Amino acid sequence: MATSSVSKGCFVFKPDFKKRKISVPIEDYFNKGKNESEDSKLRFETYQLIWQQMKSETERLQEELNKNLFDSLIEFLQKSHSGFQKNSRDWGCQIKLREIPTAALVLGVNVTDHDLTFRSLTEVLQNNVTPYVVSLQAKDCPDMKHFLQKLASQLMDCNVGVQSKEKENVQVTQKKIHYSMDSLSTWYMNVTQKTDPKMPRKKRTPSSQWQSPPVVLILKDMESFTTKVLQDFIIISSQHLHEFPLILIFGIATSPIVIHRLLPHAVSSLLCIELFQSLSCKEHLTTVLDKLLLTTQFPFKLSDKVLQVLTNIFLYHDFSIQNFIKGLQLSLLEHFYSQPLSVLCCNLPEAKRRINFLSDNQCENIRRLPSFRRYVEKQASEKQVALLTNERFLKEETQSLIENLHVYHANYFLVLRCLHQFTSSLPKYPLGRQCAVHFQIRELYCTCLEKSIWDSEEYASALQLLRMLAKDELMAMLQECFKVFKYSSEKQLGNTAKRIEEFLAQFQSLDAEAKEEEEDTSESQSKGLQKTDLYHLQKSLLEMKELRRTSKRQTKFEVLREQLVSFIHSLVREYLLLPDTQPLHEVLYFSAAHTLRQHLNAAPRIALHTALNNPYYYLKNEALRSEEGCIPNVAPDICIAYKLHLECSRLINLVDWSEAFATVVTAAEKMDANSVTSEERNEIIHLQCSVY
Amino acid sequence: MMSKLESEEDKMLEVQFVGDDDVLNHILDREGGAKIKKERAQLLVNTKKIIKKPEYDLEEDDQEVLKDQNYVEVLGRHVQESLKNGSATDGGNKVYSFQTRKHPEKMAKLASELAKTPRKSVSSNLKSDPEITIDIPQCSKGHSASDTVQLKNNDKSEFLSTAPRGLRKRLIVPRFHSDSESEYSASNSEDDEGVAQEYEEDTNEVILSEQIQAQNRVVAAPVCKETPSKKMKRDKTSDLVEEYFEAHSSSKVLTSDRTLQKLKRAKLDQQTLHNLLSKVSPSFSAELKQLNQQYEQLFHKWMLQLHLGFNIVLYGLGSKRDLLERFRTTMLQDCIHVVINGFFPGISVKSILNSITEEVLNHMGTFRSVLDQLDWIVNKFKEESSLELFLLIHNLDSQMLRGDKSQQIIGQLSSLRNIYLIASIDHLNAPLMWDHAKQSLYNWLWYETTTYSHYTEETSYENSLLVKQSGSLPLSSLTHVLRSLTPNARGIFRLLIKYQLDNQDNPSYIGLSFQDFYQQCREAFLVNSDLTLRAQLTEFRDHKLIRTKKGTDGVEYLLIPVDSGTLTDFLEKEEEEF
Repeated sequence: MATSSVSKGCFVFKPDFKKRKISVPIEDYFNKGKNESEDSKLRFETYQLIWQQMKSETERLQEELNKNLFDSLIEFLQKSHSGFQKNSRDWGCQIKLREIPTAALVLGVNVTDHDLTFRSLTEVLQNNVTPYVVSLQAKDCPDMKHFLQKLASQLMDCNVGVQSKEKENVQVTQKKIHYSMDSLSTWYMNVTQKTDPKMPRKKRTPSSQWQSPPVVLILKDMESFTTKVLQDFIIISSQHLHEFPLILIFGIATSPIVIHRLLPHAVSSLLCIELFQSLSCKEHLTTVLDKLLLTTQFPFKLSDKVLQVLTNIFLYHDFSIQNFIKGLQLSLLEHFYSQPLSVLCCNLPEAKRRINFLSDNQCENIRRLPSFRRYVEKQASEKQVALLTNERFLKEETQSLIENLHVYHANYFLVLRCLHQFTSSLPKYPLGRQCAVHFQIRELYCTCLEKSIWDSEEYASALQLLRMLAKDELMAMLQECFKVFKYSSEKQLGNTAKRIEEFLAQFQSLDAEAKEEEEDTSESQSKGLQKTDLYHLQKSLLEMKELRRTSKRQTKFEVLREQLVSFIHSLVREYLLLPDTQPLHEVLYFSAAHTLRQHLNAAPRIALHTALNNPYYYLKNEALRSEEGCIPNVAPDICIAYKLHLECSRLINLVDWSEAFATVVTAAEKMDANSVTSEERNEIIHLQCSVY
Repeated sequence: MMSKLESEEDKMLEVQFVGDDDVLNHILDREGGAKIKKERAQLLVNTKKIIKKPEYDLEEDDQEVLKDQNYVEVLGRHVQESLKNGSATDGGNKVYSFQTRKHPEKMAKLASELAKTPRKSVSSNLKSDPEITIDIPQCSKGHSASDTVQLKNNDKSEFLSTAPRGLRKRLIVPRFHSDSESEYSASNSEDDEGVAQEYEEDTNEVILSEQIQAQNRVVAAPVCKETPSKKMKRDKTSDLVEEYFEAHSSSKVLTSDRTLQKLKRAKLDQQTLHNLLSKVSPSFSAELKQLNQQYEQLFHKWMLQLHLGFNIVLYGLGSKRDLLERFRTTMLQDCIHVVINGFFPGISVKSILNSITEEVLNHMGTFRSVLDQLDWIVNKFKEESSLELFLLIHNLDSQMLRGDKSQQIIGQLSSLRNIYLIASIDHLNAPLMWDHAKQSLYNWLWYETTTYSHYTEETSYENSLLVKQSGSLPLSSLTHVLRSLTPNARGIFRLLIKYQLDNQDNPSYIGLSFQDFYQQCREAFLVNSDLTLRAQLTEFRDHKLIRTKKGTDGVEYLLIPVDSGTLTDFLEKEEEEF
């Protein structure tokens, strides 16, 4: 082989550049992979479009979420630095003031996302506060010398960005100099004084508002710095603070107490710490989900299993939004790659247009969809025939079905939000499971995707709790709901918005007309109900009858509350249907949770064990089929050797092992010269085992 | 007799297995019993059936046990004791009861066969008896410790080891003889005179061994009775706990003391081994081909995903090298790519980076550190967005690359948008190399590719214990170099060899000091002065025949860096020639 050698381990292959420089476009890989490459080009384009949209949306979200934090940080920096400015004027008398302004940034344990946060933070700071932003990592600074060296070199790099590159030569020579805080501060003096005359040139940057911009030092992972380095640095720099205006930013993953654990009182008293808390990653996730999935903006949806896999990886493995997004990207890719009909997974007008151009094969694909078949079976027989034979009729029907699907989603999310509003403040959060403190809409969404929510006990208890709420609470919820509905432009649910408004008005008027007769209102309401839902009417009538029979007459408020609850229930029943029940849901929903898990959260250990223990799983040969716990002696050698090795405890005698192996093998093959070979073969296998 | 048996029982219990095998063997030989041989052949054919129908066999075993119990009622007490022993052994068995289930059955069968021809063996096997008697002390010497835990362990290991060995011996009768003759010849000659006088005792011994065999049968039977049925029902957790403590107990783990040297089989050299192996036809080739085809269908998908910013890691049993190689040849012909053999013993991150900078980017400069180099590469790739590079790493988890720093650097490379990484891992715990930060750098997509193919290339840099070390090359080079030397020089070298061979069992041997060597050479009239010897040694050193080392006392020590086996061979050859 071209890639095996006894003298080297790296092999570089360069193709002829003259011959073909043009690289293959990525779409081609998308096309060639599958035999049935229906509309693959279109599919790939759609994928790229949706992914780009999603990506920019997440980036926008990220920015938005960070904005608050960054704004307050910048404010802090400016405030503390203005203090320095004041001091610098009469520093002679204020020399006692040696506290380094410090921002402790509690970021949580999602370490992988921190890099991104810090990068954007550096950017923001450089644009708004000071050109001198340095970020250090613990692994770069094992001791003070490296710490200062890194700090100095990065500082000067910052400087190069501001100044002309004339000093570059000087820098290179400087690199080997042993830095001290003294040299740093003289450097700083030089730089700031030098730039002073050049003020007009620098005017573009906001940093010019100060004569001496502060130096911001970001310690990305404060916990992993060695205490000694930190302590020394803080003590030394506090001495130089009057000439070297340093501001520290600590990135903290655990809790702010860690500062005091790392630094003794004498040192921490030199710091003027202010705490900043970033958004918890779970809230972050909820926002991302809210903006990416719980919206009609993106047609692509995840099935319950897939969503569960992704959230589980997030919650139990890494708390990383980036990884979550990656999973989302993968599922998007898989969806478009494996589902030929995913070509229709785009916005509604485009999808309708595309339906018209569907090929015969694609029509056949539609007919093969399980959800569509179920749908067909429910139709009248003539229509069934038409659907199965007439392409045009099928396309028309598909158009209306796709439209229905989109409408279904729009309604679904509205009602989901509404339900969330109503249940989010209930005691004990009957509908939320994973997190006891905040009940988030993402959990509700998971539950609703999983099963019909109105059948669950939790839902029943939630309704029960709703029936016990006081008026103000109900009013507040209704207000929120009304907002939700008002901002949506959906016509189908406009009716509902009106109904909610009515409810609101009625609650408000309760006080005023407290003494009025009840018959009228309740009747009018039941008439109003009649228009929307028969089921609801029946139920409320039944309940009313029962109540009248059994207990004392309800107050007007109670009647109204009852009506409200049943109204919500009817909404839920009508709109929060399972996606599986919708025809053509396969077009928009990605459901291959298994593949996703395999690729994102693999289990190599289990795979190895299965391969060794149960070769039939991979090699579909009847000879390998065996009952639990024993292995046929025709199995691959390595499986037999593994089995035998399991028999021993920690140590194994090589001779015994190979002989036992030979016995097993020869038991099948009878005695022949093979036994020698098989034994030797075993040795090779043994070596492999040592590789493991 | 009984009391003796009782007192010796601890020792005897482990003895019997070898004993009955040997007895069996000799019965086979002496009688030349075609009948028995035929039976055995049937037995071999039946093994498959036995695996398939364990219950049936177990019943049979039970009946046999009953029969045997009548036969050995004399030993009633011991039977019970050994029963206890048997259950203890059972407790130590693993959930994977494949081996223990099979061999006890065979043992029982062998024992029952033996039981049918007891007297004969006593009357006619005069020759074989001494061997038994000798065999017993031989074995018990090894297991001098007699507390129950160890006994149990021994028991088990004997179960595992001797049974197959015996079987194999029977299967390969002629070779066994060549084996055993050397082993037993001395004892045979010694005891032959004593046979007549000891005849009485011998018969006793044989009876004893029979009795023990019977015990053995009883021991074996419960084991196989329990394994399939009760084992499963038993409380899993308590079992696990027991197993855990057994596995991690502080007591010394005992394995059998058989070593490769005792096998007395000539070690094969690499070439013969290769030849032998090439003759073996791989099984399940159709299925494996199908499996591979499945993976090959993924190639396009891999390319797609690589281009979309993911990196791909392959895991699963079997060498993934061929698969990646096929991927390379089919998909990457038009792209710049670097293949990195992680299993190559001299691989390092530095060499990877070097090949990227020098060969891919045609950069001739040097770098102060690996990190500088990395920075340079990263900048280069960021600047030139049209540049694309595929990295194929076989065994990313290899000894040389699994370090934290190496992984960090490779991860940083792979996180670049226009560097695509596809790698394979084999180690069970390979994913532990990556913490969250590295994992997000790598942005892995995992693909399971179980191929069952041999790690031939990957292990080619390692040596097998059973293959002759360093092969024939040093031997031939030794002879070549020595042939070109003067007879005196040869004599000097032979002296050194002999001295080294004399000291080969001494672990603290560091070499022959120069002064002693000089003395010996003088005595053999090989050199006349200090200087001539030194000149000679310089020549040896130039040919890498010897190595000198300064000891702690400042004295120079001489050592031949060749293993003693080769040296012995060399000496033998020399002697033949002269």
